[in-house]
Amino acid sequence: MTTVPTKRDYSLLGRDAQAAVASGLAAAEWYHTEIPRKQMKELMKREDGPAIRDTAIWLGSMVLFGGLGIWFWGSWFAVPLFLAYGVLYGSASDSRWHECGHGTAFKTMWMNDAVYQIACFMIMRNPVTWRWSHTRHHTDTVIVGRDPEIAVMRPPDLLRLVLNFFGIIDVWHAVIDVVRNAFGVISAAEKTFIPEMERPKAILVARIWLAIYVAATGLSIYLGSILPLMLIGLPRLYGAWHHVLTGLLQHGGLADNVIDHRLNSRTVHMNPVSRFIYWNMNYHVEHHMFPMVPYHALPKLHAMIRHDLPAANPSILDGYREMIPAFIRQLRNEDYFLRRELPPTAKPYREEFHSEPVAAE
Amino acid sequence: MSSNWVEVCAADDIDEEDVIRFDHDGRTFAVYRSPDDEYFATDGLCTHEHIHLADGLVMDDIIECPKHNGRFNYKTGQAKGAPVCVNLRTYPVKVEAGSVFIAIS
Ligand code: FES
Repeated sequence: MTTVPTKRDYSLLGRDAQAAVASGLAAAEWYHTEIPRKQMKELMKREDGPAIRDTAIWLGSMVLFGGLGIWFWGSWFAVPLFLAYGVLYGSASDSRWHECGHGTAFKTMWMNDAVYQIACFMIMRNPVTWRWSHTRHHTDTVIVGRDPEIAVMRPPDLLRLVLNFFGIIDVWHAVIDVVRNAFGVISAAEKTFIPEMERPKAILVARIWLAIYVAATGLSIYLGSILPLMLIGLPRLYGAWHHVLTGLLQHGGLADNVIDHRLNSRTVHMNPVSRFIYWNMNYHVEHHMFPMVPYHALPKLHAMIRHDLPAANPSILDGYREMIPAFIRQLRNEDYFLRRELPPTAKPYREEFHSEPVAAE
Repeated sequence: MSSNWVEVCAADDIDEEDVIRFDHDGRTFAVYRSPDDEYFATDGLCTHEHIHLADGLVMDDIIECPKHNGRFNYKTGQAKGAPVCVNLRTYPVKVEAGSVFIAIS
């Protein structure tokens, strides 16, 4: 007898959303590695120092590369300068949005909030909408119909993935969302995770952003030069590749509808430059298991719990070597996924929840 | 509404600037010791989702929920912003003869 692959319905209002609630997969209790309270408190401890240093390097480099880019505008020297500026704008903003949204990057709350707003603008994610969507992503990580942030659905849309390395699909949707929100419309899907009292804030932000983009576009037209848009807006396209490169590895090709982050998230060792841009989110299993541990303490957390986790991928390349073939197999069979093997020192998976019809051997 | 004092633990069982979970009569509470050595108590579960606050982080007068980092003032119960919108219920606390008691109504 051949098994027919299960069609997934990713709509937040659809069949799988209802099924996840009915089966108890939604808002379930997730697996955690046990860590003594004393050590956990040490790991959770907040500091301002590391994030102030990193933010100064981040924004300072943007001023430097952007300034030199303007100076050399019109010559080939401007190309590498804008490539660097673009990655800092269109990729580093992704991890800053994320960490500051959790409120863990800085100890001082207003610093988290300020960097969160700046990063949200750059990555074109409404700070209100995305705070709530990310909350859901943590409650129901890769639960079909519940998680609004599943980057690669099954079967994978490979064209969409490639286009998103240049931000094309994401920005298209972001522009639609900004304009829609600016006109006061909150979509039915957004209403499933943004509480009513928060919606006016989302609309206000969209109006401010729209005004900024209209001003930058107007200035470009007035000057007869694309330069203002090379500094504001367009870097979200030409600098997006690094956050997509690292972000796809977070959950790509792994299990869905499970309640153990060791099965649906991936930790990957990366070079220091990528880790700076990505703010240590390469320790992704660790982040999902313990979201209150700040980015700068994740390497320590990793060392402490690695005995209970599947082996980390040694490099970005290694991650792609396992993920791309899995995407290709999922084109034919949506039920296929990569099963993360645990070391003998780890607590086993709860098989009653986590066995699926087709997994990698 | 009448309330009765229930013994939670020895005062030293809670570290300074920390929290413990206390279950009683089918209910769960979080009992805190502030950095200036005062004791407080709130409902044990976050008002956002059913997560035990005792696994979270105490910073000054704030308890941060371990699931989505929602923050409450544990002295007043006030929710400090998204994703927590509903205040926590607080309970009177006293320390007598080296033990912590909370008044459960
Ligand atoms: S469960 Fe506490 S903030 Fe979400």
